[in-house]
Amino acid sequence: MKKNEKTRRFSTGKLLVYIFLSIASFISLFPFYWMFVMATRPSSAFNSIPPTITPGNMLAENFNKVLNSIDFFGSMWNSFVICIIVTIVVLFISSLAGFAFAKFSFRGKNALFIAILLTMIIPPQLGLIPQYFLISNAGLLDTLPGVMVLFFLNPLGIFLMRQYISKSVPDELMEAAKLDGCSNFRIYRSIVVPIILPAFATLGIIVFTAVWGEFLWQFTVLRDPENYTIQVALAQLSNTRDVDFGMIMSGVFWATVPLLVVFLLFNRLFISSITEGSVK
Amino acid sequence: MDPVKANAVTNKPKEKKKPFRSQAKKDMYSAYLYIAPFFIIFAIIGLYPAVFSIYLAFQKWNGLSPMVFAGLDNFKIVLTDPLFWKSVYNTIIMGIMGTAPQIVFGIIFAYLLNMAFLKFRNFFRVTIFMPYITSMVAVALIFSVLFSNHESSLANYVLSLAGLDPVSWATSEWGTKIAISIMVFWRWVGYNTIIYLAGIQSIPNDLYEASTIDGASKFQQFRYITIPMLKPFIILTVFTSTVGALQLFSEPTVFLGTDAFTRDEAMTIVMYLYRDAFKLQSFGTASATAMILLILITVFAAINVYLTSGMGRKRRSQQ
Repeated sequence: MKKNEKTRRFSTGKLLVYIFLSIASFISLFPFYWMFVMATRPSSAFNSIPPTITPGNMLAENFNKVLNSIDFFGSMWNSFVICIIVTIVVLFISSLAGFAFAKFSFRGKNALFIAILLTMIIPPQLGLIPQYFLISNAGLLDTLPGVMVLFFLNPLGIFLMRQYISKSVPDELMEAAKLDGCSNFRIYRSIVVPIILPAFATLGIIVFTAVWGEFLWQFTVLRDPENYTIQVALAQLSNTRDVDFGMIMSGVFWATVPLLVVFLLFNRLFISSITEGSVK
Repeated sequence: MDPVKANAVTNKPKEKKKPFRSQAKKDMYSAYLYIAPFFIIFAIIGLYPAVFSIYLAFQKWNGLSPMVFAGLDNFKIVLTDPLFWKSVYNTIIMGIMGTAPQIVFGIIFAYLLNMAFLKFRNFFRVTIFMPYITSMVAVALIFSVLFSNHESSLANYVLSLAGLDPVSWATSEWGTKIAISIMVFWRWVGYNTIIYLAGIQSIPNDLYEASTIDGASKFQQFRYITIPMLKPFIILTVFTSTVGALQLFSEPTVFLGTDAFTRDEAMTIVMYLYRDAFKLQSFGTASATAMILLILITVFAAINVYLTSGMGRKRRSQQ
């Protein structure tokens, strides 16, 4: 817009901005690069002074050690299953409730909506112990459903969906469908869902990444290595007295790469999901 | 799971009577049905545990034998335990060191990323944001190797270049706190930057244009336009950072590995709670700790939000 008037004036200032941001980017990226380097080196490389900063040739060997000490693919799969099911359930519950709050009038609507917002400020640790016994009494301790159940509760999802639906679904379209004899659920399925697919993407990313990275609850519920999610399995890698840094970094590297690739491909979607999730 | 059928069943009898009123009624039933799943789940895994937790805070219980009413004993035990106060101290110190710089750097990054001349904007934005999508466990493991006790760890090597002595990052009082705070900063600063960037982009351009005509410098614009206009976003991040900092758990637990629940240098309140509950089977005191934590979170969040909004007001009146 007003680019041209400013472009020519402060070139040292501009240079400083570039230098500053480059340093920031370097600091952000370096641990990732270094994780890769360590994943390709034997643990002994770690003792060298100055530290090694170029990749070695033990990428496969270190990963084999990871496979020998934890069930890497099994736990990645467990995490994936949990995240997918939780995401689908949360999208369904939130969009349905968001639809009700956006397009219907019913008694207690505002009070109930405020109640949902208030549930957001309950810190997760407050209920941790009773939740643990609840899951335990239901026979779900040390199972994947036991992990999932807690994440089904997502007030933010309802909030986002209400905002999106009231903005993007025209009332006229709903009226027309009703005149044609559509049931409310039919309207949800055939009109609302196709319109709110972008909001599904936003909320889906928020839910999936949050559940993927969550640790406290998964760490509390899961005991048997067979049921570990990737986060719990990774945490076990360093839980021995003589730690093999090459192996740890290899585990972290292979667990991080898939998510990083997805992020780099869809980075705009990821970044906008953050602003939509917290700013509105 | 099958709202279609449920819907049809509840509404059929009404349809026969009066078509107009029944449509409104039908809608109302649908609405209640659609919001029901959330409230049912909330009642079971949100409300009930929260209430039960409060009840448990007044009981002595090891998870197996019957509960015994303990009055305020659990609170007394926790509040007179030096380890609890150590965990409060640790949490606050790491909270300040880990989150306050995030807010300052987040604003600076966002301001620079929004500059009109900037090329590679998306590259910078994506790289600064990247740590955020990495899981906390992965970050903690990477940092536990970067900041290990060894003289040859990268952090100690960098110190040696500056002529400083190596630090025991995993076992010393300040070493652990600094390493964990740097880790928290590294992972979250991009998140705050993205929020501030959205905030800065929502500031109308004519404010800057008008002030340029009035002869305001870049710094004055930043101080008297950007910062005050960002205030709601700063309050939001101060709130989330305060709450998040007081709930710190995964980072120190994974960073410390085997030492997590035996050493006290970086034990946080939630780690103390977790240790009581799942290592010592003392669920009453753990629940009391949860209640105290809730109070601390409320108080600190209120103070910080109050201070932040006050700051903006002062700036505005100076203007």
